[in-house]
This record gives sequence, structure tokens and C-alpha cells, in this order.
Amino acid sequence: MIVTESWYLIVSALLFAIGATGLLVRRNPLVMFMCVELMLNAVNISFVAFSTALQDLAGQTAVFFVLVVAAAEVVVGLSIVVAVMRRRPSATVDDLAELKG
Amino acid sequence: MSGTFVTLVAAEIERPSIDWHAIAPELILLGGGALVTVIDLIWLERVRKLIPTLTSLVFLVALIPVITLWADGSGLPRGLWIIDENVPATGVWEGAFVVDNYSLVLKGLFLLSAYVIVLLSTNYMSEGDYYDSEYYQLIAASVLGMLVMSSSRDLISIFVALELVSIPAYLMAAWRKRDLKSNEAGLKYMLMGVFASAILLYGMSLLYGIAGSTLLSDIAAAIDIGESRPVITLGIVFTIIGFGFKVSAVPFHTWAPDTYEGAPTPLTAFLAVASKAAGFVALINVVIVALPTQANVVEPFIWVLAAITMTVGNLIALRQTNLVRMLAYSGVAQAGYMLAPLAVYDGISDRATSAVVTYLVIYAAMNLGAFAVVIIAARKTRSAELSSYGGMFNYAPGLTLAMTIFLFSLAGIPPVGGWWAKFEVFRVLTEGNRTSGIALAVIAAVNSVIAAFYYLNIAKQMWFLPSPDGDNSRIAIPPALLAAVGLTVAATIVSGVLPGVVSDMTDFVNVAAGQ
Repeated sequence: MIVTESWYLIVSALLFAIGATGLLVRRNPLVMFMCVELMLNAVNISFVAFSTALQDLAGQTAVFFVLVVAAAEVVVGLSIVVAVMRRRPSATVDDLAELKG
Repeated sequence: MSGTFVTLVAAEIERPSIDWHAIAPELILLGGGALVTVIDLIWLERVRKLIPTLTSLVFLVALIPVITLWADGSGLPRGLWIIDENVPATGVWEGAFVVDNYSLVLKGLFLLSAYVIVLLSTNYMSEGDYYDSEYYQLIAASVLGMLVMSSSRDLISIFVALELVSIPAYLMAAWRKRDLKSNEAGLKYMLMGVFASAILLYGMSLLYGIAGSTLLSDIAAAIDIGESRPVITLGIVFTIIGFGFKVSAVPFHTWAPDTYEGAPTPLTAFLAVASKAAGFVALINVVIVALPTQANVVEPFIWVLAAITMTVGNLIALRQTNLVRMLAYSGVAQAGYMLAPLAVYDGISDRATSAVVTYLVIYAAMNLGAFAVVIIAARKTRSAELSSYGGMFNYAPGLTLAMTIFLFSLAGIPPVGGWWAKFEVFRVLTEGNRTSGIALAVIAAVNSVIAAFYYLNIAKQMWFLPSPDGDNSRIAIPPALLAAVGLTVAATIVSGVLPGVVSDMTDFVNVAAGQ
């Protein structure tokens, strides 16, 4: 059995779907954040698979940019989650309902 | 084989000379932002009062090369490298970074908006008992992302620029960190923002897979006219959804009202004007440059987005009692008008682009002005509730007049700015007598009437109703806020009375693709 690029694309699509579902279903901000990371890594797999299939380096370059940006997002995102958790330990996103309308 | 190898080694790598003039605005902003950070780190408290002034100076200095590039229009579009001294401009990291009329108008818009935002922030931040120097440094970083965005013609640089705009904004939305509302605003904005980025990136990876290049012009060349494959459609839809979050198009707008209400008000103005404009710029770049052949997919999708965005935004705005929330929903509705020209861009992409850019410029002036008045009024009333604006004419007639001008402009009533922006949109929509365009124009017209109702309701509150607590003491307006109101009033009136001033700039706007 030969594993072709399309297998990687299917894995990527599945991971992306799992991440997106998790983000919409789970209510813990930290877990939601992990789901976003899952989606970003699905994108990375997709970029690398296309890059191999097309014999083109741009896709692999893109992955570096995605990784760096994801790291920056984690730094900012976790600091915001910590700020929220300090004020309201064990808060879910449903508890955060000061603002609505 | 060995011959090729020898030539490869022997061939000297010719370093192209950098077009410093073309990237001067970005470099000045980068250097200036770093300088402000270092000054703050060295002298700490002693210079804290000066940081806003320094930051706004950086924005104004960065505006100088934008103006000189515009005046020296002969060489446009230009890029990052000078390939050949005799052939000006094209080429450039294969066209990923392009300086053209379009990007220069937008860079000017971003820098001036940022300047006004700093004016709005100065008193708010220094009186708020929160770290303030870092706030200005983050604004500079975010604006740098916007400048890069307007020149980006490549999926990767568009993505990096968009994140450079957004990530500092997540932090600034949660700035009042001991305030639950601000926490919530930041968390919601951050979660929705990174979700949108992930969707956008997935769409971009599909587009890359189809075209074999991240360069927008290569993508355009790789997809044939009317070529329809599920993967192309999926890539386009995901990419547009990703931008839809950034420009707060319905149904991806849910973060906007909460974030706008909870975040510090000057930052709300920043999100509603500059950050939204950056999202539109990215959308225009991708749609006009990369997808001219895919109008059959893009147009219906954006048509639906535009129609529901303006309708839902206006209907929810009708029943808001908090002015900041109302402005948030009104901003959602305005995004619908701005999306509209992109729903009929096929064949008239230059006209559609210039209509959107015109709208962005005028919208920036009138919306920043409205937020400036909200910030000033909140200094006295400590509230953004609609009822607290009662009786304002009695104690602040000038401010009431200014707010009325902004509201008329937002509603699109001549002779102030907004009507020209709407007129341009309608002109593009009805051009070519396409049924879809005319139908959207009708929806937009009905929406303008609905919107006029709630805008004028605010004006009624200020002019005719009594002050709720009978307190008619005057408001002391700090000079920075007065300057902000003055600038935005002038821009709103001039753009409406002399629309030529705006259209002289935006009529030449066309997005250079890069090669």
C-alpha cells in the first residue's frame, strides 16, 4: 500500500474538523485554545503535503511562518486566559456573560 | 552536468539594490516603535507622559514618505528591490510587496487614523490607572501590520500582516485587566480571532495546493475562467470566511459587540476603524488580484454576506440602548455596504476597489469622530447609555453639533461625507444593469432608511430631551480630544462638500498585482 499525498490531506482535513468541532463544543477556554492549535497544525500538514506533491518550497516556508505566528498567539492567548482565571477561577466561556445583547 | 555546476558556482549572486524609499513608511514605523520602547525602558516614569506624543510623532513622520511616494507617482508601482535602474519598480521578491496608488492611499489612512486614536487614548489611558506606555507600543506594532498589509500581494505576507494587526489588538482589548468586562472582551476577541485565522489558513493552504504558489498573481494565472472544482470553491469560501471574521460580517460578527463594549473605548475606535479597514484591504487584495477568474464563486457568496450583514446589523442596532454597542452594530451594518461593491466586481474591479476605498476613508473620519464624542461625554456622565446623552445640547452645544454631523454622515444624509461614500457604492452596484447588483442596491437603500432612524434617535436625545439627572455643568474637553474632534469634523465635512478631494485620490486606485 502506497501512502500518497492525498492520505496526508485527508488526515489534515480530519484534524481540522476535530479541532473546529472541539472549539465549538468545549467550554473551557484552555481546551478551546488547544483545539485552535490542532486546527493550525492541520493546516501545516496540508501545506507540507501540497508542497511535496507540487515539488515547491513555498508551502514549507509557509509552515515556518504559521509556527511562529502560532507561538505568538499562544503567548498572548494564555496571558489573557490567565488574567480571566485569576478573577474567576474555573470559569467557562458560558460563565463569561457580562456582555450581551 | 559538471559544466552546469561550474557555471552555478562561477555566477556571482547579484544582490539587488533595495528600494529604500518604497519601504520607508514601514521602516520608520518599525524603528520609531522600537525607539519609543527603548526610551520607555530606560527612563521609565520620567518619560511616561511623553510616550503618546512620541508615538503620534512617529506616525506623522512615517506619513512623510507616503506623501513623497505619492507625489513622485511616476515610478509607481514599485517594489522592494530595484531590479534594473532603468526599468523602475516591478519585480520585487516576485511581487509579494508592491507599493502602488492603492496601498499609498491606505497607508495614509492607517497612519492618520492611528494618529487620531493616539489623541483619543491620551487622557483615557493616563487617567485609567493602567500601564500606558506599552499600549502605545502595541498600537504602533498593529499599525505596522496594517501598512504591510496594504502592500502585500502574497498569501504568506497577508497572513503575517493580518496577525501582526490582530495579536496586539487581543492584548489591548483585555487591557483593563482588573475589569471583568475587559477580560471577557479580550478572551472572546482572541478565541474568535484565532479561530478565524485557522479557517483562513486552511483556505490559503487549499489555494496554494491548487496554484502551486502563494503569490496572488500566480493563483490568478493558475485558475482558468469559470473553472469549477470543489477544492477551489472550498479554498475561496474558507479564505473569505476568515476575512469575514476580521471585518465582522454577519454571521461571523458575534465577537464584535461584546469586544467593543468591554474594551477600552479608544481601542474600540481602533478596532472599528483601522482593524476593520485592514481586514477589507486583505479581502480586496485576495479577491481582486488572486480571484478575477472566479467571480462565479466569489460574487454570490459575498452578495449573501453583504445583504445579511447590512440587514442584521441594522435591525439589531435598532434595539440597542448602549451607544457603544449601537455603534458596534452600526459598524457591522456599514461593513455590509463596504462588502457590496465586491459582490459585483467582475469586469469593473478598479471601480469596485475605489468605491470600497472611498467608503473606508470617509467611514474612518465619521466613525472616529463619533467615538471621540462618546469618549468625551463619558468623562462627565461615566456612561455610554443612550439616555445619558439627554440634554447634551444645553451643556455642550459644540459637541452636540459635532456629533450630529457624524450621525448625519453615518446615515448618509448630504452634504456631509457619508452620502458620497454611499453614492459611490450605489454607482458601482447599478453599473452594468445586472440584476444582482440592482437587487443589492435596493436592499442597501432600505437599510439606509432603517439606519437613519436609530442615528437620528441619538441626535434627538441630545438636542431635545432633558438631561436625566438635571446636571447641566459643562464638560471640560482636554486639548487632545478637542483636536481629534476638530480633525474628524473637518474631514467629514470636506469629504461631503467637496467629494472631489477624496475621489481625486481614490479614482486612480487600482491594485497592482506584482509579477
